[in-house]
Amino acid sequence: MLIFENILLALNGLRANKTRSLLTMLGIIIGIASVITIMTVGESMTASLTSEMSSMGATNVTIGVSMKESAYMTDESGRSFNSGPHRTEMTDDDYIDADMLKSLQTYFGDKIENIQKTASVGSGTVQYGGKTSAVNVSGVNNDTLEAAELTMKAGKLFTDRDQESAKKIAIVSDYMLNEVYGADVNDVEEYLGKQISVVMNNKFYHYTIVGIYEYDESNETYSFESTTSTSLYIPLITGFNELHTRERYNEVTVATVAGINLDDFMVEIEDYLNEVYYRNNDNFEVNCYSLSSMLESMTEMMSTISVAISVIAGISLLVGGIGVMNIMLVSIQERTREIGTRKALGATNSSIRMQFIVESIVLCIVGGVIGIIIGLIAGSIAAQKLAEVDATAPINGIILSVGFSVAIGVFFGYYPANKAAKMNPIDALRYE
Amino acid sequence: MDREPIIDARGIIKRYYIGQPNELEILHGIDIKVYPGEFVAIVGASGSGKSTLMNIIGVLDKPTEGQYYLDGVDVGESDDSELSNIRNQKIGFVFQTYNLISRQSALKNVELPMLYGGMGSRARTRRAKELMAMVGMEERMHHNPDELSGGQKQRVAIARAMGNDPAIILADEPTGALDTKTGRMVMDIFHKLNEEHGKTIVLITHSPSLAEETQRILTLSDGMIIGEREGRGHANI
Ligand SMILES: Nc1ncnc2c1ncn2[C@@H]1O[C@H](COP(=O)(O)OP(=O)(O)OP(=O)(O)O)[C@@H](O)[C@H]1O
Ligand SMILES: [Mg+2]
Repeated sequence: MLIFENILLALNGLRANKTRSLLTMLGIIIGIASVITIMTVGESMTASLTSEMSSMGATNVTIGVSMKESAYMTDESGRSFNSGPHRTEMTDDDYIDADMLKSLQTYFGDKIENIQKTASVGSGTVQYGGKTSAVNVSGVNNDTLEAAELTMKAGKLFTDRDQESAKKIAIVSDYMLNEVYGADVNDVEEYLGKQISVVMNNKFYHYTIVGIYEYDESNETYSFESTTSTSLYIPLITGFNELHTRERYNEVTVATVAGINLDDFMVEIEDYLNEVYYRNNDNFEVNCYSLSSMLESMTEMMSTISVAISVIAGISLLVGGIGVMNIMLVSIQERTREIGTRKALGATNSSIRMQFIVESIVLCIVGGVIGIIIGLIAGSIAAQKLAEVDATAPINGIILSVGFSVAIGVFFGYYPANKAAKMNPIDALRYE
Repeated sequence: MDREPIIDARGIIKRYYIGQPNELEILHGIDIKVYPGEFVAIVGASGSGKSTLMNIIGVLDKPTEGQYYLDGVDVGESDDSELSNIRNQKIGFVFQTYNLISRQSALKNVELPMLYGGMGSRARTRRAKELMAMVGMEERMHHNPDELSGGQKQRVAIARAMGNDPAIILADEPTGALDTKTGRMVMDIFHKLNEEHGKTIVLITHSPSLAEETQRILTLSDGMIIGEREGRGHANI
């Protein structure tokens, strides 16, 4: 009951001294906000990666070409630079090519379910009669198409013959048909066999529609562009033909058979490919990663960042706590007569002590809550901008922050409150 | 008077700066007895020690030497929390400077002694409203002290002093900061508390005419009681 009165009193005081209270809370606000921000980002990224892992390809291994670490040198000031005549641009020889993939199949066939290959042709627009729709054109093999788990509304996926003969055919989205031709998305059958024109880099490309899939917004990664860009699939070799290159990849995805040890397998692939194909390459090599290895390295990275942020947060919380103590001492000095009066009216030392500890706690909790709100906002913006994932609130972090605020309030409020409690009533009343 | 005194102070000495070269003795051994239901005035020159004595009577301060029995209890033996309880239950203070707590409404101020006495919130508010009505302040209950005139503040302070229905009201120059007319109104409230509610009242005042309205007048000079006589009383003015 007394506590309730004290909380009301403290909130009143806070409202009466808005600027002063806000400045006092600043350290706590900054400390809590930075912790919540980093936790929101971490939680969001982990949540999105985890859901990605469970929905698709937990057994997938991505093989990618990357620059050799030995290509970098570090000077004495710690800057890293590219030493000697090294190249950073990939040339035709540096890519993963069809031979390498074929030998992978030969050596590791029993562990490989399939290899998903993609030729990223580019982004363009489908145009007809003044209407346009943005598309991403990719040459894909049938394994990639199957992994995409498209819901077909009409037509079918490519046949092996379609792939082999590199036909100029396409699988398009109902969304695109609606945008360009005003198609009813529930009745697209009539568009099968239709010829479409895609403009990429000021050039026209023509394809015949053989399949129409249902566009699913949630499958697309978050983008800041206002226009929706849907995928337009063409046969793999058709893709390379449009690019005017031979079959080559800077990245392929290998689906593995269930039950093998992914980490061991990744090392085997790296060792094999680097030994056989990249030994004499000064600049590039292949690296394997899986979603679980990415998750692991991200968790590692997050914990490193967390430690750094925690140190900053710890310092600002300490400074904030000292600020709270300082303002409580000032407040007690200012209210010496009030304390004397309360004692004259029968307040015990412990009720005076409680009044000021509650005031200090309220100050810290309000600061903490402001910090949490700022942290959640900053964290979700950061999560979207940096990682393009939806924000997840770090519940543990929020509970911890409130608890921490209370602890700071008690710890830094105790000394001033005790000082107030021990005041001699008559000295306090006579204080000018 | 065959009843036991409610205030019984014997040989009260108060010194400051004890053990230092400038040691100062303010009260030189004061004996004072006040009986239940009495209305006593303390008068004397400025600096004579009236407030010092009053604070000792109100157990806000401790005498350097001497015994003080309040309602039969030797308060020299009491610890801090017992003294808080005595101040809360047996004594109501009225100060010259009102000492209302800003940022809290008049009503909340009146509730304070009851809050510290552990009274429940409904009972507290009900009694505080009655007390505000008693001093004619029911219109201004929800105003903050800084929105009240001096006389109004002092009436709120008197209502607050009455919070736990204490036996004793101690008032240190309660009309000192008020004009004659407002002072009159405050004084009438004290008479009412004394006559209708049976409160024992000790009043410090610089006004001879107000002192005259009480039943007994003690004159203090340089830390000693140099005179004691009967006042004319409320009925005879
Ligand atoms: N804490 C203290 N330390 C030192 N001296 C004090 C202290 N408190 C009071 N005194 C001294 O005690 C003397 C009596 O003070 P007190 O306040 O009791 O006078 P008073 O009779 O109430 O005067 P007034 O009518 O002006 O209120 C004064 O000389 C004052 O300086
Ligand atoms: Mg005085």
